[in-house]
Amino acid sequence: MRNGKVVAAIVGTGNIGTDLMAKLLRSDHIDLRYVVGIDPSSDGLARARRAGLDASAGGVAWLLEREELPEIVFEATSAQAHLANAPYYKDAGIQAIDLTPAAIGPYVVPAVNLPDELDAPNLNLITCGGQATIPIVAAISAVAAVSYAEIVASIASRSAGPGTRANIDEFTKTTAHGLERVGRAARGKAIIILNPAEPPLVMRDTVFCAVAESADRDAVAQSIVEMVEKVQRFVPGYRLKADPQFDDPRPEWDGHQRVGVFLEVEGRADYLPAYAGNLDIMTAAAAWVGEELALARLGAMR
Amino acid sequence: MTTLDTTDGAPVRITDSTLRDGSHAMAHRFSVDQVRATVAALDAAGVPVLEVTHGDGLGGSSFNYGFSAVEELDLVAAAAETAEHARIAVLMLPGVGTVDDLQRAASAGASIARIATHCTEADIAIQHFGLARSIGLETVGFLMLSHMLDPDGLAKQARIMVDAGAQCVYVVDSAGALVLEDVTDRVSALVAELGSEAEVGFHGHNNLGLGVANSVLAYRAGARQIDGATCSLGAGSGNSATELLAAVFDRLGVPTGIDLEKVLAAADEVVRPYMEREPVADRNAIIMGHTGVYSSFLLHAERAGRRYDVPTHELLAEAGRRRYVGGQEDMLIDIAIELSTRRSSTEAGSVPTGGDR
Repeated sequence: MRNGKVVAAIVGTGNIGTDLMAKLLRSDHIDLRYVVGIDPSSDGLARARRAGLDASAGGVAWLLEREELPEIVFEATSAQAHLANAPYYKDAGIQAIDLTPAAIGPYVVPAVNLPDELDAPNLNLITCGGQATIPIVAAISAVAAVSYAEIVASIASRSAGPGTRANIDEFTKTTAHGLERVGRAARGKAIIILNPAEPPLVMRDTVFCAVAESADRDAVAQSIVEMVEKVQRFVPGYRLKADPQFDDPRPEWDGHQRVGVFLEVEGRADYLPAYAGNLDIMTAAAAWVGEELALARLGAMR
Repeated sequence: MTTLDTTDGAPVRITDSTLRDGSHAMAHRFSVDQVRATVAALDAAGVPVLEVTHGDGLGGSSFNYGFSAVEELDLVAAAAETAEHARIAVLMLPGVGTVDDLQRAASAGASIARIATHCTEADIAIQHFGLARSIGLETVGFLMLSHMLDPDGLAKQARIMVDAGAQCVYVVDSAGALVLEDVTDRVSALVAELGSEAEVGFHGHNNLGLGVANSVLAYRAGARQIDGATCSLGAGSGNSATELLAAVFDRLGVPTGIDLEKVLAAADEVVRPYMEREPVADRNAIIMGHTGVYSSFLLHAERAGRRYDVPTHELLAEAGRRRYVGGQEDMLIDIAIELSTRRSSTEAGSVPTGGDR
């Protein structure tokens, strides 16, 4: 702890780690001290040094040799790397915020269930599509039972990195689980579409939920709007493209009515371009979680 | 670009996609009886491969694409049980379905996996080709909306699929937007890239009335697998009719193994009687072909047009301008809301917000 802030590290100096660095440098409660990569020539490390941070290409081994260890580490590497690193963080008593799809710790969406998971040694941020859509499903669940939630995430091809491309099933399965566990839908389904249009399209997310015919449309719409405002505090480019849409029950929907929510997620362009809202919402969620963890730790000190 | 001399009567394998692409035109409401009757008739006619899946592939049953009336794996199982000679193929789109779906389809009796990506995104299918091959499925790669990429670019994407395990790669004209030499150029580029490592296929749509003609040119450029749908039953204004392909290739002296009389009977006596709509090249379909819109958008655009009181053809044209790709059916609702809001504000009428009661 220094200057009333919690010492933190970022592991991973690719696009995600570098964008997250820009966000954490603005934090009032996190002292981003270390940035760790494995590629000495990475742009992320160069930027970290220019920002005056202690940066190394020595990997996690280097980090664990520091005299003052971080209390919180943000993992922005790959699922495989995080699976290898996580036990070391745990042994060293470092709380991990996981931006990879490794899914070791509990699923966390900061606008929904962060207070329940503040003490977890490892917090898993699910997927970008999950961060964008689970808040909406949770908002609907708060006022009406959701028997089925389906999301369609459309992202610009240029914002889908090699990790996403090599294991796209991980995205659909993990997001679907998140819709169920955190969104509290009885059943979840996730679809992801890559669109190569130029100029690149801003991330879009559509949420469809099946709710009972008797569900109160005004209450559902109100809950959605309030949730969007909550997410916007950390992700300013997160917005509704239209009012929530309600479609009357149909036989093929087993007599349920359908709530349709059309979202756009524009990034803050800290490091990544604005169209890559899918990457921005992950780094924004990570920064949000980090902020709350830091506040909890600082509160406990007082 | 070299065009092979391929008019020497090498056989072509026809894959009939009535029970997959036709699922779009049937709003995904195929029954087990319809599937059994169709498979029995086409199998008896000697059609070698029959594709059976939700129109948007395994896992396509959804709000976004329409829910299947019958679980697609039950339809696959019924087809596999009914077919005596024909092999059953399934389609899957990474991002919609998963390797788990492929495994279940194989257990239900499918023996060919057709794995489809947008034409520029072949690398999202690498894990699926690998899995399909490892469980003994024959593999076909589908490069959708092929008109959106130039021949060389398309050949590079085909290479990615073949390196991942695809045994054939299709030039898929999902929008029915390719015009004659557009097909020749793309198929030739794939043939030149893949050589003897993999076959090349062509999947046509009739939005510009060219499904069969494009298929003949594809064959002449070296394609050895061609898709059809009985009675053209497919998305948009439908696919190249399987029975027409059989007749035309017969006249060209190209063996298909299909009994013409029997496939004509299958079309007229089995498929046409259950069709709810005959795919036609009407205004909507031609706009899709002309602006390059994914054919499956048709019924969704009609529905969104009715729901928000905006003309379907305007929705489709806007989808073309925005360059939406296969799978983005949700964006048709998004466009409809926008057009409807714009209209109401210019007419100073009431703005339709949530609620269609």
